[in-house]
Amino acid sequence: MIATPRKAVALVSGGLDSMLAVKVVQEQGVHVEGINFFTGFCVEGHTHAIRKKDRKKPKRNNALWVAEQLGIKLHIIDIVEEYKEVVFNPKYGYGANLNPCLDCKIFMVKKAKEWMEAHGFDFIITGEVVGQRPKSQRRDTLPVVQRDSGIGDRLLRPLCAKNLPPTLPEREGWVDRERLYDFSGRTRKPQIALARRFGIEDYAQPAGGCCFLTDAQYSAKLQDLWSARGAKEYEMDDIMLLKVGRHIRPAPEFKLIVSREEGEGNFLQGYRYRYPSLKTVSHAGPLALIDGTVDEAGLELAARIVARYSQGKSAPEVELEFRDAEGASRTLKVAPLPPHELKREWML
Amino acid sequence: MTREVLDCRRLLCPMPVIRVQDRVAGLQPGDELEVVCTDPGVLQDIPAWCRINGHRVTEMREARGEYILRLRVGEAE
Ligand code: SF4
Repeated sequence: MIATPRKAVALVSGGLDSMLAVKVVQEQGVHVEGINFFTGFCVEGHTHAIRKKDRKKPKRNNALWVAEQLGIKLHIIDIVEEYKEVVFNPKYGYGANLNPCLDCKIFMVKKAKEWMEAHGFDFIITGEVVGQRPKSQRRDTLPVVQRDSGIGDRLLRPLCAKNLPPTLPEREGWVDRERLYDFSGRTRKPQIALARRFGIEDYAQPAGGCCFLTDAQYSAKLQDLWSARGAKEYEMDDIMLLKVGRHIRPAPEFKLIVSREEGEGNFLQGYRYRYPSLKTVSHAGPLALIDGTVDEAGLELAARIVARYSQGKSAPEVELEFRDAEGASRTLKVAPLPPHELKREWML
Repeated sequence: MTREVLDCRRLLCPMPVIRVQDRVAGLQPGDELEVVCTDPGVLQDIPAWCRINGHRVTEMREARGEYILRLRVGEAE
């Protein structure tokens, strides 16, 4: 009798580690499919829509690319709404910035477990390595992921399995523990060597983490958003826009999102139906969205700031078009704000 | 055989891919889906997704800042 191959679902981020984890298990005859979660903060995807210079060299979605290299199916799951709770109230707290890595891992494994059960798969694999990340991949936190997600010993980490107690797939002989690995720590050398052995030459090497929440500047802007609104909350548009332009908050009630180059201007253009906006007309200049509420005085200040980033910054007067979210527009004429009046603390 | 249209305008990648994936799950082999998008990233991402999952992109065109892709659903395994 030929045993039907066991089936594993792999958390695929698009980086090298998950790619290797899949390869290792695939080599042992296990059927693998990938799952990739879209939180809204992912570095993957959409960013290529923003910057003009990136358009010349189209940015691929690394998770899709990895799946194609591995010859596996990839299921991309939208978890934007549910993920908010992870970002707002992480049980295990944040990392260096607003990254709730441990809670995030638990949440993703839990979602993968639901998928695994719904699709008749046997276990989950991840590219985690003991000691690789300061918080979410420590020897003492790896078991927390298993416990809190409810996955227990159906979670296999092929790259460091030999440093951990045998899991169900190993004990049942679905995979051979001897052919798994014992990587640990922050060094990338063993991964790079293994990649070479598999003939993998091209792969993404994300620097900090897989999402914008590990970025200090991004986190500061998100924190500002929460402070301004008096509550931890965000919509998809908010977190997308935090990735684009200069964010300037001259008053508690509103901030400006000012494009820095044409690509960002085009991107922000697509949001004019949702936000009031300012665009210089007498001089070439940026497009700015207004997030919040402005009175006349606020609007004038906003216009003066935007004018300051236009080519008319030294002109006595700059003309701008103010358009509200409904599309009604009018013209404003202002004196560009002199540099010394642009306060440092406004810049987010 | 059905032919459907999916509006993914103003969605940023990977949302259009997710919408396509979810819609295709309810279609039959041979069915056609036309996807209308505004994020140019779909020109890479949707074909990649189709290659992985055994579907075919039969047409890609750009018109007035919109990207229109036509897919034919492949055989399920
Ligand atoms: S970097 Fe972001 S996506 Fe990755 S584990 Fe941390 S919070 Fe989650």
